[in-house]
Amino acid sequence: MKRAAFSQPLMPVALLLPQLVIIAVFFYWPAWEAIYSSFFLQDPFGFGSNFVGADNYTRLAKSSEYAKVAGFTVFFTVIVTVLSLGTALLLAVKADKVIRGAKTYRTLLMWVYAIAPPVAGFLGALLFDQNIGPITDLFAFFGYNLQIGLNYNDTAFAMIVVSVWKQIPVNFIFLLSGLQSIPVAVREAALIDNKSGTRRFWDITFPLLAPTAFFLLITNITYALFDTFGVIDIMVKGNPASNPITLVYKVYTDGFRGGDLGGSSAQSVVLMVLVLALTIMQFRMLERRIHYT
Amino acid sequence: MATVNVTDISKTYPNGAQAVHPASFDIADGELIVLVGPSGCGKSTLLRMVAGLEDITTGDLHIGARLVNNLDPAERDIAMVFQNYALYPHMSVAKNMAYGLKNRGASKEQIAAKVSEAAEMLSLTALLDRRPSQLSGGQRQRVAMGRAIVRDPALFLFDEPLSNLDAKLRHQMRVEIRNLQRRLNVTAMYVTHDQVEAMTMADRIFVLNAGRIEQIGTPSEIYRKPASTFVASFMGAPPMNLLLAQSVGGQVQIGGVALGLSCADGDVTVGIRPEQVAVTQGGTIPFKLTLVEELGASRLLHGTVAGQDFVVNAPNDDAALADDLMLDFAPDALHLFDAQTGQRL
Repeated sequence: MKRAAFSQPLMPVALLLPQLVIIAVFFYWPAWEAIYSSFFLQDPFGFGSNFVGADNYTRLAKSSEYAKVAGFTVFFTVIVTVLSLGTALLLAVKADKVIRGAKTYRTLLMWVYAIAPPVAGFLGALLFDQNIGPITDLFAFFGYNLQIGLNYNDTAFAMIVVSVWKQIPVNFIFLLSGLQSIPVAVREAALIDNKSGTRRFWDITFPLLAPTAFFLLITNITYALFDTFGVIDIMVKGNPASNPITLVYKVYTDGFRGGDLGGSSAQSVVLMVLVLALTIMQFRMLERRIHYT
Repeated sequence: MATVNVTDISKTYPNGAQAVHPASFDIADGELIVLVGPSGCGKSTLLRMVAGLEDITTGDLHIGARLVNNLDPAERDIAMVFQNYALYPHMSVAKNMAYGLKNRGASKEQIAAKVSEAAEMLSLTALLDRRPSQLSGGQRQRVAMGRAIVRDPALFLFDEPLSNLDAKLRHQMRVEIRNLQRRLNVTAMYVTHDQVEAMTMADRIFVLNAGRIEQIGTPSEIYRKPASTFVASFMGAPPMNLLLAQSVGGQVQIGGVALGLSCADGDVTVGIRPEQVAVTQGGTIPFKLTLVEELGASRLLHGTVAGQDFVVNAPNDDAALADDLMLDFAPDALHLFDAQTGQRL
């Protein structure tokens, strides 16, 4: 490969500088601050802080409340990922088979993707509104009083539904394009080799979709863990104590509501390690098995 | 191993375009049929209708004794080799070959025996554990063949299987496919746009044009007695010369020179193959030479006869050529076609 040469040695540095500054200011500095303050206990009134070593971490490990939130987070993440990927896969497979009016149909399904996430979250919240929400009305019709923000299970249900609903279009687009990148001739060869459509899907289509599906799996886990903050915030209605929340939301409530910056920092360091592990896993898997050519 | 009987099958797309006009033909057991024609002539569509990958709009298709119109491709007892090989990229060579058998309920022992037999036949034994991405084009083509062979189908279908290979490999695979088909004695339909493949491989050639079968015949019939100017100009390299001539007083003339043929008065198209023309001092037809193409064994002389383009395939004797030459045609080498319809007279 040809190497591009700069006549002045500072030129490449100057070109990289804006990007490096952004990364440093918005990623490395806050990350460092979080790690640093996780070893201190802050005065609730902001007058100072004491070094407490790993106390914040040991407190986390012993806290039954933290364990409960972590448990819910795992449950929430698995459910949201499975449902949003599964539903999107079903829709994509069906949309891929449509022959007449395929373009219109696909555009309609993708439109949701064009709605800004906060708007989508707000729409989702409206659907579950205590007074005007159609889903609340539907449950009332069947004799169940859906109480978002009051009943733990009801809130969890609404959070999952809205989070899944928001994520389906993204998954749908990726899966559909993944399906369409499978060569027609390969599918036709399978058509001759295997009579059963279901078996063809699991033997041929799904393995060829695996690179896309794996990428989406990681993205969806990350989404459920971190990007559902807005949905949760709307659903718990400022009353997190009796409601289900995820680890990210707990970082926020403990730090900004509870004033426990040290404990909250320790929690975010734990999450940082989690993200790091996910990223490493993604790179490893992408490098290794899932690509065929 | 089976016969194929086709009665009036046609294909019309929902938008009204007719890709295949009603066609009827029979294929004998063990025969290799080549469908040949230019792009868009409907040859691939016809093959895909037989495979079940395209619906048949009208007509009946029997493979063996069974009417298969409404059967799934997997139920038609056919195997197909695709232009881009269409191997399953996530499966090893062995699994690619075994997949069709596995789904038909063959036992593990049967599958293993079939696969190793086919691998032996195609010299793929050393490659059985490889993935398709680790194979060369020629090897992939062999795997695609192997996938078809292990199934022992009633009918082989080939959709331009060699067009992705380079010239040398293409020649080699051509011979190999032909030998295999003979040895296994399987009925086969083979689609190509390459008339050399058609001539060398076929028991019978079907020449297609604009969704219709123009002519069905053995390679030698197609070459010696083309049914129309389309077939005459499509088959043969370089193609047959077609000259517009007049019949006056029952005698066919070009530029005032009688050719020794008779037909009803009026315009007529005269065809003659470049390799059946002699350049001699004693010839009667003047030829104006414009370009010489060296082919080694022979050379192609491009020029005009009576103002119309004309090519002569002359032996390469290294003689210097004048610009004005005389040609001689044997009357029995000439073909007469209707000037309007292009049909053979």
